[in-house]
Amino acid sequence: MDFSLTGDHLALRDAVRKFCDGEYPLHQCGNAEAATLSASRWAALAELGLFGLDISAAYDGSGLTAVEIMLAAQELGRRLGGGSWIASNLPAAYILSKAGRDAQRSTWLPKIAVGRRRLSLAYLESGWRYDLAKPAVTAVQQNRGWLLNGTKINVPGADAADGFVVSAGDDALFIVDARTPGVSVQSFRTLDGRAAGHVTLDGATVSGEALITGAGRAVLQAAIDYATAALCAEATGAIEALIDLTTDYLKTREQFGQPLVKFQVLQHGIADALIDLEQSKSMACVAALAAGSEDAGQRARLISAAKVTIGNAARRVGQWAIQMHGAMGMTDECRAGHYAKRLLVINQMFGDASYHLQRFIKHMAQGNGNES
Amino acid sequence: MKLEFSAEDEAFRLEVRSFVRDHLPAWLKRKVELGLRLERADYVAWYERLYERGWSAPSWPKEYGGPGWTPLQRYIFDEEALLGGAPRIIASGILMLGPVLMAVGTQEQKARYLPAIRRSETWWAQGFSEPGAGSDLAQVRTTAVRDGDHFIVNGHKLWTSYAHFCDMLFCLVRTESSSKPQNGITFMLIDMKTPGITVRPIRMIDGGNDLNEIYLDNVRVPAENVVGELNKGWSYGKYLLGHERTGIAGIGSSKQQIARVRALAQAHGLADDPALAARLGALEIQLMALEFTGLRMLSKNQESRVPSVEASMLKVRGTELRQEIYELLLEVAGPGALPFDEAALRGDQGLVPPVAPPDLMSLAANYLDSRKITIYGGTSEVQRNLISKAFLTA
Ligand SMILES: Cc1cc2nc3c(=O)[nH]c(=O)nc-3n(C[C@H](O)[C@H](O)[C@H](O)COP(=O)(O)OP(=O)(O)OC[C@H]3O[C@@H](n4cnc5c(N)ncnc54)[C@H](O)[C@@H]3O)c2cc1C
Repeated sequence: MDFSLTGDHLALRDAVRKFCDGEYPLHQCGNAEAATLSASRWAALAELGLFGLDISAAYDGSGLTAVEIMLAAQELGRRLGGGSWIASNLPAAYILSKAGRDAQRSTWLPKIAVGRRRLSLAYLESGWRYDLAKPAVTAVQQNRGWLLNGTKINVPGADAADGFVVSAGDDALFIVDARTPGVSVQSFRTLDGRAAGHVTLDGATVSGEALITGAGRAVLQAAIDYATAALCAEATGAIEALIDLTTDYLKTREQFGQPLVKFQVLQHGIADALIDLEQSKSMACVAALAAGSEDAGQRARLISAAKVTIGNAARRVGQWAIQMHGAMGMTDECRAGHYAKRLLVINQMFGDASYHLQRFIKHMAQGNGNES
Repeated sequence: MKLEFSAEDEAFRLEVRSFVRDHLPAWLKRKVELGLRLERADYVAWYERLYERGWSAPSWPKEYGGPGWTPLQRYIFDEEALLGGAPRIIASGILMLGPVLMAVGTQEQKARYLPAIRRSETWWAQGFSEPGAGSDLAQVRTTAVRDGDHFIVNGHKLWTSYAHFCDMLFCLVRTESSSKPQNGITFMLIDMKTPGITVRPIRMIDGGNDLNEIYLDNVRVPAENVVGELNKGWSYGKYLLGHERTGIAGIGSSKQQIARVRALAQAHGLADDPALAARLGALEIQLMALEFTGLRMLSKNQESRVPSVEASMLKVRGTELRQEIYELLLEVAGPGALPFDEAALRGDQGLVPPVAPPDLMSLAANYLDSRKITIYGGTSEVQRNLISKAFLTA
């Protein structure tokens, strides 16, 4: 057991931090991005090499692991950066890396690694909560291709995607080019100001090569776990930044003739937030290490434990930060709210703390040999 | 002692229930139940009906045109109205200014302002807070300087709820500098249309703009608009905040939101979820304990250890409990809470088709908005300071 960071890890973390400090000015963190800004930031993130971090060198990536993804995600979290990458593009590329055909990989991965193509994960459907159910999106074999019908919802970055990894039919995953006739996106923003969309497939016909052979719910679940681990890291970074900015506020805001930070009860609040932060950092490491595990039960148990810990920490610290800012914390101008909203979105993605507690309990029982 | 309400109180409950059922406009009930944003016209639509029935100022005594209800009746009214889907009574004229004018206002002030408040014709904003005067309210710096039969007011008020749709402002201004900041503050009424007043909306965390800032630049206020004695405004302000806090405990609102959790759980297939049932049960118990605490405190010879801060106790527990209910609502919403459509939240035509189920899409905004209740009316931290201080110095 060892949680040490190597020199390379520190160098990566510092590079991403420096980048984020420049790219995401603190006083604007969390503001909705106009399409042009979002595109230029995407190009800059690509240049930094983030999108290729965990893509194999054979496809022009860096061939690194979930640990490096964790370090990058944490830094993005500190400045509310990264757009749809972690929640959507990262797991889509993961699915291709793990289960894609050679032709699919060589078509997509090198371009994803340099930011020239975006592939989004479209799996959620209306009426679902967090369990992967059998998709209502249908896939009917037709000639040598497939006919897809149905709607996927809440797809982060849908408007800017060149393609989607879509779960459909009994247990299949497809790559669907966004320009395919019959594919349309209803764009909107999520609570955190980020772009998302519902993707409708209305008689969209894809070729036989679009099927990701051998990939089904198990791979999709692994990809979701992988992205969940990265979101845990992102949330941890956001928690850390939120503690810093809230503490700065308490140091400068004066009431009753002294800085607020002098009130001991508020110091205790800082202490609780710091304890939450340190636990989140640990569980983000655990999640990153578990993300690569082939043992699905073990992976589920550890990643759910991380999502519970970090989900609760994120909720508490988000609420605390707003409370500490007083009425200022309720305004759009104050950054505390933007962090709290991103944390809230992360909590509701891929399962909230209650969901993951149940999932943990289920796998805990299985770990004890009770397979019922 | 007995657990049941009296027959008269039960009859009163039914009377309120059927009144709400028969008179609350369906469109307004829907807006409230979906958690959409309400504007002045929305509130007025309901208050006018209450006015016709003589119920628009539930806490006012008969002599000022109120229904003269007992505390228990007020409580029953609040609960029944909210459970029936009515909007809360938010008008500061009714909740805050009215009681102050009744206590210390002149005959002319009472005659001029109270009836218009009851009729919802005049809406009042509360101008207490300033950039430097939040929890430490005594630091107000807005000045009022005597000039013949007027005062000239200069300053900056912040966080003024609903100022953008209010006609009048009651505020605390400094009329004398004093070594003790609580002295030298005066309670004053200002017409929002007076030259020199600028209102700027503040965009909120949930995209709404309930709050505003107000700049006062050489605003001329007639001297007759001073309430009570000059330089004694602090005590009137404190009296008023006691009234504000009692309402913020919000038992009725909590019941309304718990009913919403149940309805949503039913509609979205979670009615049999044991984890949700356990959380809901725990919240119901907390609410029951709070409710009976409020009722017990109204009973004879049942005063608490520190009667002066009962409202603070109910506020702390009531608001924190209500926030937990909003957390649970968010949980029930699941992924449906994520799409954010501002127009739809206002009740306008939003994105077509709707980007989330209409009963789920306001829950994240409602949750965020609920964070304010432990801040306004005196923060939870400050209430706890007051409670322990009152006990320790008793
Ligand atoms: C939605 C909303 C509506 C409002 N409407 C109005 C209105 O209509 N009119 C009006 O005048 N005002 C209004 N307010 C302002 C409200 O009264 C103030 O926000 C409140 O008094 C707190 O002041 P502050 O925001 O400056 O916070 P601060 O006083 O700066 O407090 C910041 C944090 O420090 C804590 N703190 C401060 N002092 C202490 C202490 N001694 N010990 C421990 N902790 C402490 C607080 O609890 C808080 O968590 C409104 C506020 C909100 C959020």
